[in-house]
Amino acid sequence: MKTRIVNIGMNHETAPVELRECLAAYPDNTGKVLGRIRELPYIKEGIYLSTCNRIEVLFTGERVDEARKAMVSVMSGLGRMPEDELTGCLYQWDDLEAVKHIFRVASSLDSLVVGEPQILGQIKEAYLRATKEKTSGIILNRLMHRAFHVAKRVRTETAICESAVSISYAAVELAKKIFHSLEEKKVLLIGAGEMAELAAKHLMRQGVESITVANRTFERAVEVAGRFHARAVSFDEIDGELVEADIVVCSTASREHVITHDQVKKSLRKRRNRLLFFIDIAVPRDVEPQVNNLSNVYVYDIDDLKGVIALNMDQRKLESVKAERIVNEEVLKFGRWLKTLSVVPTIIALQEKANTIIQGELKKSGSVLGNLTREQKKAVESLARSIAEKVLNDPILFLKGKVERPSVETYLDIARRLFNLDANGTSTGSIVSDQVLNTGYPLKGSEESNEFEQNDRGPEKRP
Amino acid sequence: MHSLLFYLALFLDLIATGGYIVYLVRQEKWISRWSCLILLAGFVFHTLSLGYQYYTLGAAPVLNFKSALSFFAWCIVFVFLIFHIKFRIMVLGSFVAPFAAFLMIVSSAMPWLNEPVKPVFKSLWLTVHVTTVFLGNGLFVITFAVAIMYLLQERQIKQKRFGSLYSRLPSLATLDSLNHYALMCGFPFLTLGMITGSIYAQMALGSYWQWDPKEVWSLITWLLYAALLHQRLTVGWRGRKAAIMSIICFGILIFTFVGASLWTTGYHNLDHLGTTGV
Repeated sequence: MKTRIVNIGMNHETAPVELRECLAAYPDNTGKVLGRIRELPYIKEGIYLSTCNRIEVLFTGERVDEARKAMVSVMSGLGRMPEDELTGCLYQWDDLEAVKHIFRVASSLDSLVVGEPQILGQIKEAYLRATKEKTSGIILNRLMHRAFHVAKRVRTETAICESAVSISYAAVELAKKIFHSLEEKKVLLIGAGEMAELAAKHLMRQGVESITVANRTFERAVEVAGRFHARAVSFDEIDGELVEADIVVCSTASREHVITHDQVKKSLRKRRNRLLFFIDIAVPRDVEPQVNNLSNVYVYDIDDLKGVIALNMDQRKLESVKAERIVNEEVLKFGRWLKTLSVVPTIIALQEKANTIIQGELKKSGSVLGNLTREQKKAVESLARSIAEKVLNDPILFLKGKVERPSVETYLDIARRLFNLDANGTSTGSIVSDQVLNTGYPLKGSEESNEFEQNDRGPEKRP
Repeated sequence: MHSLLFYLALFLDLIATGGYIVYLVRQEKWISRWSCLILLAGFVFHTLSLGYQYYTLGAAPVLNFKSALSFFAWCIVFVFLIFHIKFRIMVLGSFVAPFAAFLMIVSSAMPWLNEPVKPVFKSLWLTVHVTTVFLGNGLFVITFAVAIMYLLQERQIKQKRFGSLYSRLPSLATLDSLNHYALMCGFPFLTLGMITGSIYAQMALGSYWQWDPKEVWSLITWLLYAALLHQRLTVGWRGRKAAIMSIICFGILIFTFVGASLWTTGYHNLDHLGTTGV
């Protein structure tokens, strides 16, 4: 029976947050699910991914319907919820559809915020966990590495990850287009509300040199400043601070403008015309709009920043077309690889059979060969082996050549019957996975196996 | 021989320019990498062509307008390649390469120098004079290109309307410091070029300064660039003002180069270099 790839899961679109929370609540659900995957007889390999926005179970097996049912009941057990309620929120993908889905998830095309970079790290984490628990095998190893590869391609070949989504992210991106790097830049926060803190956190991460906090109530300024190793100043000192600052974040609740045109104009000469960037996230605005007319001064209020975000959304849509194309390309490639996998068990069974015969015959002739020296014995053995290899070579090449054809199943069947491969009762499937897991590749010398070696050597570098 | 090399260089420059323009649209790194390599190959052929001419003429190959343009283009590409190695601003090529290619095309349409070279041109001072002046000019081409890029980018950020160039151009600070850097390097070359020029004039004509139109315009250009540099260093002119000023300066520079070489009647007039006695 053919091994199939199945994916069941839920994301922000199919399941309400309460349900996702139920499953994400316990930290070691992953371990439990992977444990069950190891125990369940119909499931060969499995990976479990759980983040705050999605749950994905990816597994391979032959009797997928039973396996799927078992997985759903495992999940409903973990989330302590009725099975039908859970089933209603799940999506299911089989085979190449599942491959495509996992590629899209890894490339962050399926995320709530398309292009957000965290998901790839989370998938790598999940995969690492699965390899540690030894639930990931030949197919999923390959699949996950291809998924990382796709994500990397999408990231480098499209601009989908570049565009800004949140206000503070948009502000930082703009600041970078003005200042290039924010290191050694001085930030002045005017108003110490929650928004200001958020922006400050974001700017800190960009490595700004210093942060100064000015607030109407000085205590609050000191309090916020303490959190960022910043300096607190009083509201009357703003004039002086304007000379020093490069980026000013305004977020006071003031009804009037806190920063006026004349005030900034006066500071320009002392600043020696260094660039000055106002991020005005206050409503009503803190910075007089005319300030933007001053040379080398840029003022962005909350609407302008929202405009930047909307623009990015449009761009993102264009880029996502490109990204989907990359995903489809890679799904095709993976499909081709999967097909080659269908001939692997037969080829290995052929080789096994030859091996058994050689061993048997050598044993039988043991009495005659007993007089030979060790070298001579070795020579006889290798002679037998190379004869067997030569005989099998053409049938194996023939089978490999048929991989792309629909007739491959017939040829496999004929080959198995010609060589009487299914009589000795060993389950070939398990041999494949064992052999492949041990050696890292199924067929020596075939083109595919080289690719295998490169890709399945271990988890990619983690971010 | 030198013309074959010259046409090869022209051909490669054109391909590189095309590549850089495609890069501006398509934003794929390999395009700019290849464009740069092709430009480098063109530069090598151009260098060989100039070297061969220098060897056969026995004087710097800048004696008519054709070769002056060609040498100017060579200096621009030389300076650009150095900037590329130092700063790795890919998109700069999309602005500078077309300029160099344009000069090469104009140069290719003009006749080669046929008259024998007067012995007075076979002076090392002349070579030093034109090399320093043109290297300075090449650097000023960079200030000009960067200033244009600055104004384009600044406009988008100021008006909050982001076109397709927004993501393609570097940040304002990068462009401004490139402008500053090119100016800082270009000005000494221009100064040195004028000094060596006057020494050469003293040796060839017996006088350091003759109020020749090109000399006067060069002095004006020099003063303007000096003013820009002074404002930058003391008052802290930067950004938009500095960009506009460097565009104006460059305009005067081009007028000095083209206008004074072709339309005025001084001894710098390149059409008369070969025939009129110096």
